[in-house]
Amino acid sequence: MIDQMDLSLVNWARAQFALTAMYHWLFVPLTLGMSFLCAFFETIYVKTGNEEWKNLTKFWMKLFGINFAIGVATGIILEFEFGTNWANYSWMVGDIFGAPLAIEGIVAFFLEATFFAVMFFGWNRVSKGFHLLSTWMVAIGSNLSALWILVANGWMQFPTGMAFNPDTARFEMKSFFDVVFSPYAISKFSHATTSGFAVSSFFVIAVSCYFLAKRRHVLMAKRSIAVASVFGLIASLMVAFTGDEAAYVDAHHQPMKLAAMEGLWDGTTKAPVVAFGIINGMKQPGDFQDPFVVEFKVPGLLSLLANRDPGSYVPGINDLVYGNKKMGIMGANEMLEKGKMAVKYLAEYKEAKKAGDMQRASMALQKFNQVKEYLGYGHLEKPEDAVPPVSITFYAFHIMVIVGSLMILVFVLFLISTIKNTLEKNTWLYPIGVALFFLSFIAGQAGWVVAEVGRQPWAIQGLLPVAVARTDIAASNVKLTFFMFLVTFTLLLIAEVKIMLKQIQIGPKEVA
Amino acid sequence: MGINSIKTLPKSALEFYIQGFRSMTLGRTLWKIIVIKLLIIFLVFKFFFFPDIFKKHFKTDEQRTEHVMKVLTLQAKSPSGHKKNSLSRGGHL
Repeated sequence: MIDQMDLSLVNWARAQFALTAMYHWLFVPLTLGMSFLCAFFETIYVKTGNEEWKNLTKFWMKLFGINFAIGVATGIILEFEFGTNWANYSWMVGDIFGAPLAIEGIVAFFLEATFFAVMFFGWNRVSKGFHLLSTWMVAIGSNLSALWILVANGWMQFPTGMAFNPDTARFEMKSFFDVVFSPYAISKFSHATTSGFAVSSFFVIAVSCYFLAKRRHVLMAKRSIAVASVFGLIASLMVAFTGDEAAYVDAHHQPMKLAAMEGLWDGTTKAPVVAFGIINGMKQPGDFQDPFVVEFKVPGLLSLLANRDPGSYVPGINDLVYGNKKMGIMGANEMLEKGKMAVKYLAEYKEAKKAGDMQRASMALQKFNQVKEYLGYGHLEKPEDAVPPVSITFYAFHIMVIVGSLMILVFVLFLISTIKNTLEKNTWLYPIGVALFFLSFIAGQAGWVVAEVGRQPWAIQGLLPVAVARTDIAASNVKLTFFMFLVTFTLLLIAEVKIMLKQIQIGPKEVA
Repeated sequence: MGINSIKTLPKSALEFYIQGFRSMTLGRTLWKIIVIKLLIIFLVFKFFFFPDIFKKHFKTDEQRTEHVMKVLTLQAKSPSGHKKNSLSRGGHL
């Protein structure tokens, strides 16, 4: 895997973005899921009028508040990085991202200024109904806020609803509807939010297991686990369902990513899923080395995931690099030639326009429009550059799937123990519940690695490679801020863990 | 809602926030963290380390377009097979 990591200075910008996004994603899943769990707990309180449910709600709300306070604004740094490290990209996508990010900002501001305040200050000061409404609004609003960010990310994976304007060098939005409801936007939003719900459910379960192990707040812990295991099970099943949808979408729009996820070098019918495998890290496109050192395959499963047909053909990395005429697959080699033509015609257009030769400009533009969808390939040096880091993508995908499957199983175990009222007896479940909380975080991070590393070398799929998207600034600056972020985020994380642990230690208020 | 209630709404809302902030315990610590964090993010990171490169180096949108077009059409000047590292292309700003 190490051989696939380019540690040259110019990659610090990528590393910095990855670091910031990964730290940000430590806080976000808990916000997404805990907001809904608090709403569920409070709904039960309002329905039953039982003060114990109120105290339980207030306890989890407090932990939600800590996570929110520490995590808030960590995402803003990503926007700074766009303007400094990825200025070409920012310029080109400003018209597309402006609307979703502005909506996200407005939603977040109004939420935080109004409903958050009622949620935390409003106990006994507003009616039960209005307080509950505020808690639900925070949950819905936080998740809607995530929608706009994921719409923007989905557009980078599958640029749609836009047109490239060669006069401004910008992608301009032509259909807001197409951008928001693109298959990637829907798939990203549903997969990311439901995974956040599952992570949060394990957070509740892990803390409750701690109380059960200590024989403190036993009733509260059992009630919390009851709600979290139902919510978590539904969420984790949704994660699996939406993950399947994501693979299907990848198969049709990012087939290279899907091939890397499964280490599929040569396309085949009845394509298998590798249940377990060790990648041959030396394998390169076009060579004859074995792709795996060890592998256990399930035949036909990848074909089923990709095309809903276990006998169907799934292209491999080599097909996508060198093409496969028999299967009608255009390779990166051919796209690269078309891309170079696109770059050439764009340059001709620019020069002709500058010289005032509008006839030549019009002809160049006409030619450019015929090959513009390959523009990004024109910036690759060789077709093999279109291949993402296979090992990283493969292992990240398999970690995500294995942990995701484990999550479903463990939620079922907790639910069964809740129904049978054996939670106090089944002490062996407690460490599993705690372990799955940490593992679910790793699965979430691995999911983002699959999504982002798996689509390299593209900043915008097929249209803009990261090499062109980035700004040429001194690498030392990026390196310095990389470590500054590392320290800042680590301090924030330590603060969160410390404050959380203290509040967990104090525990919820008991009804006298 | 009567006219009197509407008139007193801004005052009630303000009192709601003031009393809420005053009664905070853990919230005080969290707000301190938020304020320190925002100061670091905006006054240190943004101000010293994360300038908007295009705003800093170019005065007009035409200049920004010109720069991006230059980067986008660079490949045409150096045909396929050029040996320059693909991650270090484009002019330095």
